[in-house]
Amino acid sequence: MMEPIFFYGFGGLAVVTALLMVTRVNPIASAVWLVVCFFAFAALFITLEAHFIGVIQVLLYAGAIMVLFIFVIMLLNIGAEELKARTMQFSGLLGGLVTIYLIVLITLGLLKNPVRFFEPLTEGYGYVAPVGRLLFTKYLVPFELTSVLLLVAIVGSVVMGKRKL
Amino acid sequence: MLRTLYQYIAPQTLAWLIVALPLAGATINGFYSLVASRFHKHASHSFTSLIGCGLPVLSFVISLLIFVTLIGFSAGQDPTMITGPLFQWVVTGNLTIDLGLKFDQLSLVMVLIVTGVGSLIHIYSMGYMGHDEGYARYFSYLNLFLFFMLLLVLGDSLVLLFVGWEGVGLCSYLLIGFWFEDPTKAAAGKKAFIVNRIGDAGFLLGMFFIYATLSSHNLPPTEHQYNFFNFEVIKHHSAYLMPVATPICLLLFLGACGKSAQIPLYVWLPDAMAGPTPVSALIHAATMVTAGIYMIARLNFLYVLSPTAMQVVAWIGAITAIFAATIGLTQTDIKKVLAYSTISQLGYMFLALGVGAFSAAIFHLMTHAFFKALLFLGAGSVIHAMGGEQDIRNFGGLKEKMPITAWTFVIGAAAISGIFPFAGFFSKDAILWHTFHGGHISLWLIGFVGAGLTAFYMFRLVGMTFFGQPQMGRGEWQKVHESPPSMGFVLLFLGVLSVIGGWVGIPEAFGGGDHFHHWLSGVFGKMVVHEGMEEGHAAEIILTVVSLLWSLHFAILASVIYAQRREWPTKMAEKFQFLYKLIFNKYWIDELYDFIIVRPLVTLSEKVFWGVIDAKVIDQYGVHGAGRLMIFWNRCVTAVQTGVVQQYLLFFVIGVVLILWGFVF
Amino acid sequence: MMITLTHYLILAAVLFCIGVFGVVVRRNILIIFMSIELMLSAVNLVFLSFSRYLGTQDGHVWVFMVLTVAAAEAAVGLGIIVALFRNKQTIYVDEVKELKG
Repeated sequence: MMEPIFFYGFGGLAVVTALLMVTRVNPIASAVWLVVCFFAFAALFITLEAHFIGVIQVLLYAGAIMVLFIFVIMLLNIGAEELKARTMQFSGLLGGLVTIYLIVLITLGLLKNPVRFFEPLTEGYGYVAPVGRLLFTKYLVPFELTSVLLLVAIVGSVVMGKRKL
Repeated sequence: MLRTLYQYIAPQTLAWLIVALPLAGATINGFYSLVASRFHKHASHSFTSLIGCGLPVLSFVISLLIFVTLIGFSAGQDPTMITGPLFQWVVTGNLTIDLGLKFDQLSLVMVLIVTGVGSLIHIYSMGYMGHDEGYARYFSYLNLFLFFMLLLVLGDSLVLLFVGWEGVGLCSYLLIGFWFEDPTKAAAGKKAFIVNRIGDAGFLLGMFFIYATLSSHNLPPTEHQYNFFNFEVIKHHSAYLMPVATPICLLLFLGACGKSAQIPLYVWLPDAMAGPTPVSALIHAATMVTAGIYMIARLNFLYVLSPTAMQVVAWIGAITAIFAATIGLTQTDIKKVLAYSTISQLGYMFLALGVGAFSAAIFHLMTHAFFKALLFLGAGSVIHAMGGEQDIRNFGGLKEKMPITAWTFVIGAAAISGIFPFAGFFSKDAILWHTFHGGHISLWLIGFVGAGLTAFYMFRLVGMTFFGQPQMGRGEWQKVHESPPSMGFVLLFLGVLSVIGGWVGIPEAFGGGDHFHHWLSGVFGKMVVHEGMEEGHAAEIILTVVSLLWSLHFAILASVIYAQRREWPTKMAEKFQFLYKLIFNKYWIDELYDFIIVRPLVTLSEKVFWGVIDAKVIDQYGVHGAGRLMIFWNRCVTAVQTGVVQQYLLFFVIGVVLILWGFVF
Repeated sequence: MMITLTHYLILAAVLFCIGVFGVVVRRNILIIFMSIELMLSAVNLVFLSFSRYLGTQDGHVWVFMVLTVAAAEAAVGLGIIVALFRNKQTIYVDEVKELKG
């Protein structure tokens, strides 16, 4: 079976790139590592038979959002001279400890439950057609509401972008 | 006509109007004066007078209607009426207080006195206060006083009586300090208020005592089971109060001492003369100060249970009567003399109450209301004419200039001195006769001497004010004038009442019907009033004639001395210098109280309570300590509020960790 | 060796906590923002794992919604960052202390 290989491969890639993203000094480097991380995520999604979402992940996150990020970083033109110490002294240590402890706690909590295996799936699971059907039938109202949300976001960012209100 | 009226309005409804109308007047005039002063305009005198006098007069008319109704409709029965409870004021598990009005022979007499004399004094005030800035405010207070006084006499429970009691105390304070720009007058108001509080503490304790006693017994379950303060309920269950009647009665009597200015709490009344003279007439002579007498008369069923308390009441009354009379002999302020005479007369009423002659006390209360109001209003007329002068040594010969005032004043003086056939003659002799007949010879002797002194100082006042040679400068003499008709009319009216007011109670010994006593016997019971009266007629006549001659000779003596031989008293004073000084300085009672009670209290308050407890303990550790504690906490909390959002998030995550800890383990 | 739901959940938790670490620790607001995106993706992973486990596709729809929200958030958030930089000439959060009490 290929699944463990995919899981450990892409899972490991995601963890490593995420760690790199968090620790880089230069925001551009962080952004690029995050793009890689999102590719790994997309691969994991596809491993979970979520083909449509995997594609959307690449298109939207890696393609659109991260481009926006890099664009802003470029726009703000944060040169090397403005780079400062990466973290705050005290909270860096405390934050690290807390994060590790959080991971341990969640893992322990999950391991207390019995292991749940995946069942075989029906044909066509995770394709565009069934997900799209759900979107336009059962989840029509939330789907339409997201369009309102996007409109609000557009108006909001336009307002933000204006120099003077 | 009454029947037609009552087709539309039930008498019970009408009864509430008696109380409500003065309240409405007080409210309207109060707001009116507030609004007027807000916009810096002068309040319209005619509007204020219309409201301020019209509503009390209307109240009097309604009282008369009720009176006529009660004696007319229920012939043969007791003329009583109890309006249903208007609403339940307090309802708890074991105490109910209903608001209701009680009309019986006693409260009818009181209502007629209060509204009648009150209305007359309102009308008089129109002239007396005509030039005053606070005209509307004055009428507002006066109407409010009338409201509380009516509540006091009409309330059907001890609580309602107490509400009225406190209310009249408040109005008394407001009116004594009416000209509050003058610090001594404001201080007089404060003194009256504080001295009354001492008495009221006793009154309250007495009420609590009644409640505690009655509620500790399982009274039979009726709808009035928990109405412990209702007079009917107290009366009905007075047997339960038998063992504790003495403390209850003494505590309540302490309240009466405060309100009715008896020893040891009389000191406020002379100072209360700082108020406008009509106020002195209405509140500090005719009505409010008699509240204590009314209260004891109302609770007569309680007082007869305790012979000790009755003895105390009688002795306090008698001693006050003669004590105040002696002080009255030397006072030179016209209003102070009248104030001490009021205290003295109130003492007579308490004497009557103490010997069980409740109806005689109420009778004297009524006639006293007439002639003392007359005397005060006459004094007010003199003061008005003299432009505020109150010292009788500067008067003299005023009868030439103001005959109406002078002759009505003489009538009043004759009435208070107990000279036949004026009102006071019958009421005072009723008191003395009941005292004598009850076997209290020493009390009677005190009262008898006091009656002579009363005649003496009253006619001293008359002689120095209205007769003899004018003692003022020529220019002032020219300015003296008779008072306006609204005042003169009231004086005449009260003069007539002071003459005929006593005729309703002519005793049977003189061939009269003794109607007043019969009328009140429904409240006080026949036993107390008519204890073997029939066989004593001869003794009563002899005693009365003796005391009449006694008073008469003092009256003539005083008027002759002070009108024509003014140097005699001065010589006498020089001869008995110590005695004169003692009396002239009012036995140094005020100074004594000041030394024993006021000064130590003030010193204690300033040095200990303020200096140590308030300034050091409460301010340093309480107020400032709380502040410092808050500042300390504030520092702790602001240390957390760094303004860096990430740290907030960190705290948030730590919180999440702690919660998860709870889930996992 | 079978890959189970638990594996995916632990992976998602680890990625999420790395995001938390970034948010709590970093001073650069852009990287904080990227860490938030990482956390959102980790949550998406949980959604999809459970969808896979339950055999339904409702989770996919919700991931779709989350992606929309993320896009909107990125638009507004970056707008805020630009405005912040314009006014304060900084993108370091410890230099923005208007909330200090």
